[in-house]
Parts: sequence; C-alpha cells; structure tokens
Amino acid sequence: MTIRVNGQDREVSEGTTVLALIEQHNLTPQKVAIELNRRLLRTEKYDTVLKPNDEIEIVTFVGGG
Amino acid sequence: MSTIETSASPQVQHLRHGQAARDIPSPSAFDLFRIGNFEVANRLFVGTGKYQTYELMQQALDVSGCQVVTVAVRRERLVDKEGRSLLDFLDLSRYVILPNTAGCFSADDAIRVALLGRELLEKQGNRGAGWVKLEVLGDKKTLLPDPVGTLEATRELVKEGFTVLAYTSDDPRSAVRIKEAGAASVMPAGSPIGSGQGVLNPLSISLCLELLKENDPSFPVIVDAGVGTASDVTIAMELGADGVLLNTGIAHAKDPVKMAVAMRHALEAGRLSYQAGRIGKKRYATASSPFEGVISYIPGE
Repeated sequence: MTIRVNGQDREVSEGTTVLALIEQHNLTPQKVAIELNRRLLRTEKYDTVLKPNDEIEIVTFVGGG
Repeated sequence: MSTIETSASPQVQHLRHGQAARDIPSPSAFDLFRIGNFEVANRLFVGTGKYQTYELMQQALDVSGCQVVTVAVRRERLVDKEGRSLLDFLDLSRYVILPNTAGCFSADDAIRVALLGRELLEKQGNRGAGWVKLEVLGDKKTLLPDPVGTLEATRELVKEGFTVLAYTSDDPRSAVRIKEAGAASVMPAGSPIGSGQGVLNPLSISLCLELLKENDPSFPVIVDAGVGTASDVTIAMELGADGVLLNTGIAHAKDPVKMAVAMRHALEAGRLSYQAGRIGKKRYATASSPFEGVISYIPGE
C-alpha cells in the first residue's frame, strides 16, 4: 500500500506499524518526533498500524536560530 | 632604502595590568531573570544554524557563555542521510534547548511544529520541553512576522501549556497585543532575520520596552534578529532589553569563535552600562578638567 512519508509517496507492506517504519529508515525513535495525518503521535502510540494514504512526518532537530 | 636608527629610539614603556586592577570586585551582569517558569542567568541566546561544521558550532556556543540555544524542527532526511545529527553535538545537560517554529507561515503550522519540538525535548529529558520560540512569518523574502498569525498561535500555544517567547516586529502596539495574548516573553526584531543591520530603530525598541514593562518591570523582553556585530548587542542591552537572541552574527562571522567571545563581552558591557545608567546627551562640551586655576588664556574671557 502507498503512504506518504515526509512529503513523498512510499510503498510499505500491510500491517506496518509506525515503529517499524522508523526502524526501516535506521532512525532512533528517541531522536525523532512523529506526526500522523497532521496530528502529533506520542511514543506510546508507535504501535499504530499504518493505513493506505496515511501521511506521516518524521522530524528531528536541526540547527536554527 | 634607509633603515630606522633603533639605537636612538626611546625605550618602550610596557604598561601591564596592575595587581590592584585584578583585585577590584566586578559587578555582575548575570543577575537571574525569569521567563515563565524558566530562570536564566546568561542573557545571550545563541542559535545553532548556519555554522560550517558542528565542531565550529560547539566551540562558538561554548565560548559565547550562553545557556540557552535555539534549534529548528525539520523533516528527517530519509535518503542519503549523513548519519550526523545536531543532537549528537549539543550537550543537553549543559544547554537548555529553545525550539523555534522557523519556516512557519501560518498559526496552524507553527502550533504543529511547537508540539513536535516539545515532544522531541521531552524524549531527550531536556529542560527546554515546554517553551517555544514562536515565529509566524509573512513571507520568505523579508521573514518579517505576521502579526495576526503570531497572535493566534500565541493564544493557542498558551492554551496548550507552552511558555511562549514570541518573535515580533519592533512595533510597540503589536508587542503589547502579544503580551496580552499570554506570551511569557516578547522578542522584537532589531532588523530582519540574518540581515546584520543591528538595531535599526532604537526608539521603537525602547517604546516596546516601556510599554511592555509598564507596571510589570520584570516582564522579559529579548531583542531577537538582525545582530551583525558585537556593538549591536550592546546597543540592545543598553536600551534595557533583558537579553539578545542571535545566530548569523556569530555563525557567519569570519571567525565565529572569536565573534562569540565578542558577543559575550558585548552583552555584559551593555547590561552593566544599562544598570549603571548612561549620562544624558548634551549639545555642548562639559570639561572634565576644571577651568579654575588654569594658567592659560581662554578665548572670549
């Protein structure tokens, strides 16, 4: 199924959780924050199973003023 | 080519620091000030953007003396990730992180970014979880704040429990409105972000200070944006600002580490000078040496 990750379409298998998606990208859950369909998703909900057309944002800190 | 005759040169008098000068106790420019529930001693807030390397950023932050550093929230680069992350280069036990909402042009987006920033800091156990440097911008060219969006976002974020430090223009009435909306600190811009033009309108900044601190002298006002060089920091502090937030002035200096030291001293100089109280400006000279007892001819007398 297709979901949108950080503004780009991605194919993921059915049943993929948010946590699995984070780990697929070699990211540490502790160092990212997640938005699912424009709403903040807290760490305790990273077991949420993704649905087709879900929009997910995986963000972190970068340098800024 | 002739060479200078050195033997005839007078002996150079080396004037070094006297022992007494070092023993004089120095008044502190680092009295604590409060922003909501945050208590801050160092009044210089430094950004983490635009350094050539993370190592250079680390050194500059270190010597700037700052306690509070700002960061931005951005998408993870999922492709070609270098593997180096800002978080690996910030000592989170030393610095309080102030996440910004830079790059947001609507109140809604700024609120989303603020929530994400708070979540990230909660995960890191950093004391900065709970405050935010709010930026709601009008356009990409000027990066000037959108006053209406800033007000809306301030109200919402205060409802969400945030300590809001709101970036605004130097318009005194906007500043007052933002305070009324619940901001814990108002941060008027000296000049546009990254422009290096310094405090372009000292009158506006001083009116912001006067109106924001009326019957509330401890309300924190931080001059944010536009600092190009150390004297800009001093000017802002001399006007009575509680602090200065800057980034490009250090990050893009030819020698960022040296400039960071200069900024630290400039802040201290400005703060002390504000506390000390400057003299009034006069049209004519007033002699420091007495005229009484002069042996000279004085024109007109």
